[in-house]
Amino acid sequence: MVHKVNSGHPGGSLGCAEFFVVLFKEIMNYKTDFEMDGIGEDLFFLSNGHISPVYYSVLARSGFFPVEELQTFRLLDSRLQGHPTTHEKLPGVRIASGSLGQGMSVALGAAAAKKLNQDNSLIYSLHGDGELQEGQNWEAILYAGSKGVDNLIATIDVNGKQIDGSTDDVLHMGDLQEKFQAFGWKVITIKDGNDISSIIDGLNQAKKETNNGKPICVLLHTEMGNGVDFMMHTHAWHGKAPNDEQLSTALAQNPETLGDY
Amino acid sequence: MKTYTFTEKIDTRSGFGYGLTELGQSNENVVALCADLTGSLKMNAFQNNHPERFFQIGIAEANMMGIAAGLTIGGKIPFTGTFANFSTGRVYDQIRQSIAYSHKNVKICASHAGVTLGEDGATHQILEDIGLMKMLPGMTVINTCDYNQTKAATIAIADYKGPVYLRFGRPKVPNFTDENQTFTVGEGLVLSPGKDVSIIATGHLVWEALEAAKALHEQGISAEIIDIHTIKPLDEKLVIESAKKTGAVVSCEEHNFLGGLGESISRTLAMHHPTPQEFVATQDTFGESGTPAQLMDKYGLNANAIVSAANRVLARKK
Repeated sequence: MVHKVNSGHPGGSLGCAEFFVVLFKEIMNYKTDFEMDGIGEDLFFLSNGHISPVYYSVLARSGFFPVEELQTFRLLDSRLQGHPTTHEKLPGVRIASGSLGQGMSVALGAAAAKKLNQDNSLIYSLHGDGELQEGQNWEAILYAGSKGVDNLIATIDVNGKQIDGSTDDVLHMGDLQEKFQAFGWKVITIKDGNDISSIIDGLNQAKKETNNGKPICVLLHTEMGNGVDFMMHTHAWHGKAPNDEQLSTALAQNPETLGDY
Repeated sequence: MKTYTFTEKIDTRSGFGYGLTELGQSNENVVALCADLTGSLKMNAFQNNHPERFFQIGIAEANMMGIAAGLTIGGKIPFTGTFANFSTGRVYDQIRQSIAYSHKNVKICASHAGVTLGEDGATHQILEDIGLMKMLPGMTVINTCDYNQTKAATIAIADYKGPVYLRFGRPKVPNFTDENQTFTVGEGLVLSPGKDVSIIATGHLVWEALEAAKALHEQGISAEIIDIHTIKPLDEKLVIESAKKTGAVVSCEEHNFLGGLGESISRTLAMHHPTPQEFVATQDTFGESGTPAQLMDKYGLNANAIVSAANRVLARKK
């Protein structure tokens, strides 16, 4: 998808591929007959909207829209905008994201609506670690801990990288586990966030911890560009498309990749 | 000339508070959020009556806008309450992405708009908010003129689908519109018909326009007074009809002339019926500390300023 339009964000998308697959195939209860209000369904909010390639891929393969539509990614008149949006009414997407730091607040609102509706289903969200540098997150993190929002599982993609370099170099954020705990959250760490069984175990543990008076944070340690050797261990592939040769190399390293887009 | 009287002066924000209290009883999907200004926004009654539907967010307006957007997912109708400055400029990107672009049914209710906030000064007196909000695709922008109209608007927007910016103020002002009015979003109101000049006003300036009409009448000038509570979508038909009849327009608002009601009127008339226009508005400036009356006078936002503007535009009229 990213190669075809020569734009997009492959690094973070590859790093979170396993997480998305587990979330949509193993963890969440949802209907693909999309309704915005999602009554009785688990809901997911992507805050770091730039990893739209993996989001769209998993939504399509989960039945929200035809897989062929992935070919329209970032093209004129597409429902698959560069960053996810409700504007073109793409099934599965409930909020626009891209301008960073807004998704956790939205997830908190959706969690509050669930409580008011006496709807016991859960809210899931995903955020980048670099994204936590946006101040609105800390308003939301404080609110969630202070009010005991316990039907939310917010996952942080801890890949340690952002556009200008490593998160430690750009703006060191210290110990995220200690920070979330200090704000009243229950923290679960998934050490290998690219391992399917580790993610399943971690998210199932997170589900068990819900409705316990605390919001749940999952620190998902991933490798940006996972599965493609030249995209790993660097921040260079945050927002850059591979050329023809690089695409062939990458696909050859991932023979299980579905070629159906 | 039709004249108006009032029995009491009361703040428009109390109209919002009363409307919200009524909505609390009549619509169980209405929820309210506030960022540590519950008393100033007159939201206490709703909070007391429906604690489970009231969200005290703390001093964190960005988070409030996001939570409001999220609450719509599940069918809630969130009303956010804080000062106009913190309802718009402080949270512009949150409104833009999470509410406007995402088509969320959030009602952004903003008190203490304009210079009549008074002594707190320019940090709190936003004069750019109408422009900021009307620039957002799909945003409806309403600026009410008195207590009764604010109450009616608050109740009406709960049933109006889509994001709304509802602007009102702090000071006690004449309450002169009908207590049992029907509020229709997008519908301008001819308060007093006239033939020489159209005075088209919004918010606190509507009463000042009515006062100006009396002074103009004594000068032998027949002014048509129009209340535009909905700046977007603008009642273009009414504006064009009135301009065609009088051939001269004065726009009046407690806002910068850049980005306000006046510019929306100018565009409409430039497209359909070019007409001389004068702008009673602030002149690309910040406000300052002072009493509301002092500030309205200093910044040219009262009946005297409207009379002067009417005379200027009549001199330009061919």
